[in-house]
This record gives sequence, C-alpha cells and structure tokens, in this order.
Amino acid sequence: MRDLQPSQLFRTALISSTVPLLLALTGMVEAFSKRGLIGEAVSVGHVLLFLSILIAAYLFERRQKSPSPLNATISGIVIGGVSGIVLVVLVFLTKALIPKPWDLRSIFPNASPALIEVLTFSRGERTGALLLFLFSVVSGLIGTLFPLIPLLIRGPLTTGFLVTLIVGLLQDIISTLPIFRGKIIKFFFARSGFKPVGALLIFIVTIVLAALWHQYGRRLREEHRQLQQRRPMTVQIAVWTFVLLFLLVLPRIVGSYMSEVLDTVGLYILMGLGLNIVVGFAGMLDLGYVAFFAIGAYTMAVLTSTELGFFNLTFWEALPLSILASIAAGVILGVPVLKMRGDYLAIVTMGFGEIIRILVLSDFLKPILGGAQGLTRIARPVIEGPIIGRIVIKDPPHFYYLILIGCLIALFISIRLKASRLGRAWMAIREDEDVAEAMGINLVTTKLLAFATGAALSGLSGAIFASKINSMAPHSFNLLISIYVLSLIIVGGMGSLPGVVVGAFALMGLPELLREFAEYRMLVYGAAMVVMMLYKPEGLWPEATHVRALRQEESREPVPEPSPKKAPAATVASE
Amino acid sequence: MQQRLRMELTGTQIALWLIGGGLLAMVLIGSVRTLAVGKYTSKQWLDFIVFGLAQGGIYALIALGYTMVYGILGMINFAHGEIFMSGPMIGYFFAIRMARSGFVDRQPILSLLIVLAVAMITSTTIAVLLERVAYRPLRGAPRLVPLITAIGASFFLQYLFRGLFGADVKVYPDWDILSGKVPILGVQILKTQLVVIIAAVLLMAGLYTFIQRTKMGKAVRAVAEDRAAAALMGIDVDRTIAVSFALGGLMAGAGGLLYALLFKQVFFLMGFVPGIKAFTAAVLGGIGNVPGAMLGGMFLGIFESIGPNLFLDGLGIPAPYQLKDVIAFTMLVMVLIFRPTGILGERLATKRA
Repeated sequence: MRDLQPSQLFRTALISSTVPLLLALTGMVEAFSKRGLIGEAVSVGHVLLFLSILIAAYLFERRQKSPSPLNATISGIVIGGVSGIVLVVLVFLTKALIPKPWDLRSIFPNASPALIEVLTFSRGERTGALLLFLFSVVSGLIGTLFPLIPLLIRGPLTTGFLVTLIVGLLQDIISTLPIFRGKIIKFFFARSGFKPVGALLIFIVTIVLAALWHQYGRRLREEHRQLQQRRPMTVQIAVWTFVLLFLLVLPRIVGSYMSEVLDTVGLYILMGLGLNIVVGFAGMLDLGYVAFFAIGAYTMAVLTSTELGFFNLTFWEALPLSILASIAAGVILGVPVLKMRGDYLAIVTMGFGEIIRILVLSDFLKPILGGAQGLTRIARPVIEGPIIGRIVIKDPPHFYYLILIGCLIALFISIRLKASRLGRAWMAIREDEDVAEAMGINLVTTKLLAFATGAALSGLSGAIFASKINSMAPHSFNLLISIYVLSLIIVGGMGSLPGVVVGAFALMGLPELLREFAEYRMLVYGAAMVVMMLYKPEGLWPEATHVRALRQEESREPVPEPSPKKAPAATVASE
Repeated sequence: MQQRLRMELTGTQIALWLIGGGLLAMVLIGSVRTLAVGKYTSKQWLDFIVFGLAQGGIYALIALGYTMVYGILGMINFAHGEIFMSGPMIGYFFAIRMARSGFVDRQPILSLLIVLAVAMITSTTIAVLLERVAYRPLRGAPRLVPLITAIGASFFLQYLFRGLFGADVKVYPDWDILSGKVPILGVQILKTQLVVIIAAVLLMAGLYTFIQRTKMGKAVRAVAEDRAAAALMGIDVDRTIAVSFALGGLMAGAGGLLYALLFKQVFFLMGFVPGIKAFTAAVLGGIGNVPGAMLGGMFLGIFESIGPNLFLDGLGIPAPYQLKDVIAFTMLVMVLIFRPTGILGERLATKRA
C-alpha cells in the first residue's frame, strides 16, 4: 500500500461517484437507454454510466506516482465499489419511497421506474442491483488497470473501442447512407444496435488497423514529409484537389438528411470562423455574437420578403447588403466597447445581444420586423445561366454547395488574415494590449476591423440561414447560439482554424445525429467548457503558438495548486 | 501617425458623446412629455417606486456577490446568477412540503425562516463548491481562461438544475401573513414588498457589519486590497477567498428567496436576467465597493420600475414594458463608457478591467 493514501482514495471515489449519479438523475442514462449499442442488451445509456466510472478510475490511477498492480486493483475496486453502492442506494431509495409523501420522483422527475428498469437491467431489484454493483466494480477495475497495459496494446484497444462505439452510435445514419447495400447493413446491425458479430468484427478490424498504423505509420508520415519537401506544390495541389472533390460529391454520398445536418454544421463553421477572429485572434470575448447573425438574417428578410413588399430584392442583391449591415453593426457596437477588456467586454456584448433580441421581439419594431411571428417568404437564391438554365436553390443539398462556397471563402480569408500584418496585430493585442499599443499598433482600427470581419462572416451565415429556412423568427437568435459558437471554438481550440471545423462537427453535428443528446447539449457544453479550461485550455486541435502562450503563462505565474498534469494522450493528439 | 491616432480617438469620443447625449435627451423629452400629459397619478408613481425598492433590494443582494468576488479576484463570477437561482429552487421543495402538511399555516414565520435558511445554505454551498472546483485551480491563468470557465459553469449549473428538477415553472406556496396590504404613512403597501425591502436592508446591514467589524471581514478587505501583502501578513488567502464566495452565496440565496416570494415562482433560467441586472447594479455603484452595490441595486430597481412609464411611454413607444430589460442593459453600457468607476467610484475600474 505504498504511496496510496486511503483518505485521498475515498475522497476521489466519493467525488467521482457523483458523476454516474448525476447522469442517472438528469435522465441521460434513461434517455440513451432506448438506443441499443449491441442489440437491445447493452444500451448507450449503460455504456455512458459505466464509462464514467471507468474514466474516473483511469484518471485517478494515472495521477499515481508509482503504479503497482496491487494498488491499482485496490483503488479500482474502491472507486467502482463506491459508485456502485451509490447507484444501488439510488435504486432502493427510488423503489422504497414511491408511495410515500416523500416520493423521490416529486423532486427528481427522472428518478422514475423506467430509470430503475435501466439500472437493474430489467432483472428485478435484487439480481439487478447485484449486477449493477458488479459492473461498477469491474468498470473501476478496468479503469485503474488500464494504464498498466503497455502502450503498444493500449493504443489500438482504445481506438478499437472508440470506433466501435461511434459506429454503433451512428447506426441509424450509417444504415440510411445510399452507398451501403442492405445486405451489409443486415450483417452488422440488428433492429437497434449492432449484432454481436458485427461489433466484434469492427472491433477486431480496427485493432488490427490501429496496430499496423502504430507499426508502419511513422514510415508513411516520414515519406509524406520528404515528398512534401521535394515537391511542395505538387503535394499541396494533390491534397486540395482530393479534398475539394470529396467535398463536392459529399451530398451525393450521404443523402438528403445528412446534407441538412451538413448545412447546419456549415453555418456554424461560418459563424465559428468569424467569432474565431474576434475571440481566437484578437482575444476579445464577444458573447453577443448572435446579434450579427440576426442582423444579417433580418436584413436579408426585410429586403427580400414578398410578405412585406418593401424592396423585393433578389437573394444576390440582398446578400452584399446583409453583410454590409452586419459590418456596420459590428463597427457601431464595437465603438463603445473599445476600451473594455475581458470580463466587461463579455457582459456588455451579451447585453447588446439581448437588446437586439428584445427590440426585434417588441411591438415597437413590429411593423418592420414582424415581432414574435417573424417574417416569411424570404427569397431563395436563383442561378441563371446560358447553359444551366434557371436553378432555384431550395433543397438542403443545393444549399450545401452555397454554404460550402461561403465556408471556403471564409477559410481563405482567415488563413490569409492570420499571416498578414493585421492578423499579427490582432494576436499582439490578444497577448498584451498595452504592449501592443506601445509597439505602435492602432488599437482602435485593429479592434474595429476584428469586430467588422467577425460580424461580416456571421452576417453571411445569417443571410444564408434566412434564405434557407425561408422564414424568420426572433427565437432563432437567443443567447444560446452565441454560447454554442463559443463552445465549439473552445473545444476545437481558440485561434485554430482546423479547430473550428472539428469543433463544429463535434458539437453541432452530434445533436443532429443523436436526437437524445440535443436535450442535454447545454449541460454537456457547459461542462466541456469548464473541463477544457481546467485541463486543456488550448483546445483539441490547437494552434502551435497559442499552446506556447497558454502554457508559458501558466508556468510563469505561481499557481497555489499543483497544476494538473498534462495528459500524455493529449500530447499525442496535438502532434 | 501620432496625429492620425489622436484624430481617430477624438472621432470615437465624439461618437460616444453623441450616443450618450442622444439617450439622455430621449430620457428627458420622454419624461417631460409623460409628466405634462399626467397619465399616472402620484399614488401610481409611489407604487412603482415601492416595487422598484423591493426589486432593487434583491438586485443589491445579488450585486454584493459580484462586487466582493470582483474586488478580490478581479473577475466577474458569471455563474452568480445560477447561485442565486439554486437557493430558492431547493427551498421550493421544502416550502411545498411544509405547505402541504399544513406547517406553513401553523407556523408561518418559522416555516419562512426554514425555507430562507435552506435557500441560503444551498446557494452558499454551490458558491463555495464552484470556487473550489472551477476557479481555484485557475488562479494566475490568462484572463480569458477563468472567464470562459465561469460562463461554462453558469450554463452547466442552469441545465444541471433543469435536468435534475425538471424544466417546469414551480409555483411557490402562499404565506397568509404575506398577503394583503399595510398602510404606511397613508400609503397602501403590499406586505410582500414591505417584507422584501426590510429583509434586504437587514441582510445588507448584517453583511456590512461583518465586513467592517469582524476579523474575517477585515481579512476579506485586506485580500481585496492587496493579495500578496495580505498573504505576507499571515492571512490565509485561499480561505478568505472562499469566505467571500460564501458571503456572496448567502446574500444571493436570501435574495433568491425574496425574489421567489415577490414573484411566486422559480425555474431554472430565473437567474440569468437578474444576474446581469445585479451586475449592472454593481458596476453602477462602483465594482468592488460594497455600499456601492447596495446603492446601485436600489437605484437600478427604481429606475427600471418607473422608467418604462416615465420616458418610454412619453416617447410614444407601444407596450413599453417589453423594453424594460433594454433600460438596464443600456444603462450598463452607458455607465461603463462614461463613468466606469460607478457612482461611488472607489477604484479605477479601467485599471483593473
């Protein structure tokens, strides 16, 4: 028992047991229990529950200085056991209190018989509780013993598990993809979830592939690097052509529903790239970002809606005007906050966002903006040409191309700006405003340009959005949109362009694919923001210089707590 | 270059003064027109003011938490609105149980005190936990990092409460002793409003005494003044920061219960708007300044309560109450632009911000 302090172990066990408890009481376990992973027997809800115990145990063990199999076994049993006991107590409490006035359900609506069914695997109270406890202990044990396995085996195992999990989660989507034949789908999937054979097959194939990559991947990467050095242009052109071709045929591969999802993700990528300029490059936390989206959308709506009949412009005529309106709003809202920093800026911009929303909702502006009902009959983009004829863009796959073009332009602008004098000025402001000013950077124009560029991209996104959904209501523009965009930037990595894309796919794509998740998205995003800031402030796909800045500052200033150790897995991911 | 810079600075300055002057003119013109028309009687104005005082007292109680944390850590605790929400949310379950069992009717004052205690304890617990888990590990991190943590924590708490206790609006039970009106100096005042005002004033007086008179209060002030020096004087900085979070939580929990008594309902999003308004109040009074927060809260409460009728109505805006929240937000922006030190102006806010 060297180096293993019982008090610390029990404290960790108690703290980590709140996670599965909260998962159960917020209804997440039950919501996900309807989605089978392997047949009906193992549901996503169960995986979620036991994975949380496993991860807690794993994190505890990795913090230990001198890991030994004995210590790991003990801590695994304790951590899993405590969580198991807490869950079993929950089961019995819920059962015991049902008829009495102190019914647990009147406080926690989710402590329902359905939850008990899930927790006890529908096997009755006694057997179920025993199983629940045993599974918890086993999860804890796997978690603590996992770090002891050599990396060569551990890596492929994790990859295999994750891939199987993801494929299982996306089962609905995968089986509707046009490229797969019915037979293949039937081989892998049951009505809900994998067939056991299918899961095993995918697991093994992934493990083999991951092991091969581990073995030979380095040589491949080395060759790629050498090729890039010898013929940089050729490689770049080849990569870009390939990516472009893939993006062009994507709607064909994934079908109409997935195109809709891609559209949503694309609009968020546009907004994310815009906010990334303001927050990631220039370091100004703007929480009222949705206002520019709303302004872009409403300008488009007012200018083109035949319902109002003020202007009756076409989409293409209104688009530049919408962007201009957003830029103007960006500058106008930017002027008062020029001198504010950090916290003040955040709360004031949030106030601006709310002001815009309340004004749009009010009776005061109802004659122009339609009040709570919003506006309808917004113009659709029309393309006319000598050869193609007249095409009205109205389906998700059509809009996909429009949004793709928008995203590519935004990406291009971002890449070019980042390397430009202006981009470097933004980053200087981010690092230290006073020093930046002393170095001769004009704070006023630089900051206003950041606001204006960010607003322009958001306005573009809003204008396309308005045209896409064809009708406009103020409820599409609440504060939560700003927070979604902010959290996707943070998860992806502030200031990092691939981070925005990855973040948008992870955070915005997921709720579209897993409908159960949508209910809990803010809970998860909020937790993700806190956890990211505590353990990985540079994001999942960081920009190299920003990592340096964030890490350096941490080490320069004394921190009272021993700073949380950086995960080895994390460094692998950032390479 | 130097010349150009100065030009632009004055340019933005002029723009700001134009916006500010325009708003002030709007307020004045609107007020004069309303008063000239004489749409409301003086009794109605008094009602508005008393309601404003009650609401302002609650804002002030929340604002104290913002101001103390800002004074010490120099950060806005974005999740303070959720700390405020958590107290009455948990208190509700006690209140409803006691109301059903008839305890509220038998022992109205005791039951009210129990719910108050529950609300205060809950909010304090959440505040201290939040500090321990989310903010303490981030001391000395770059500015944006704790700020984003706070925003994340705010939404996490909101939706955690939604997940745990449901998204429905929970209606507080009625206390018989709080219904009806009492005449004071010839004015009929709702009992609830009176109780809210008195309770808020008592709580604030208690907090003020604690901070000014006790040793712990002195430590809080010392840490706010200079953290490093306070540490050298043997003050446990971590503990003092936790105490100031706890004090903020106590006040927010009490404010939350008063809010629930005033509006008779709680739900998971209720902390957001009062949170921002209380922050406005804290800025108005000069952030980091405890009496300032009290004054700012009261002022904002009254301003917001008479504002829509006083000047928005006079400007001919239909349904002025819809724009009530805009007043507070606009005021926040204006104060930050023109007098970031607030009314009492103890510290130079721009220097710290």
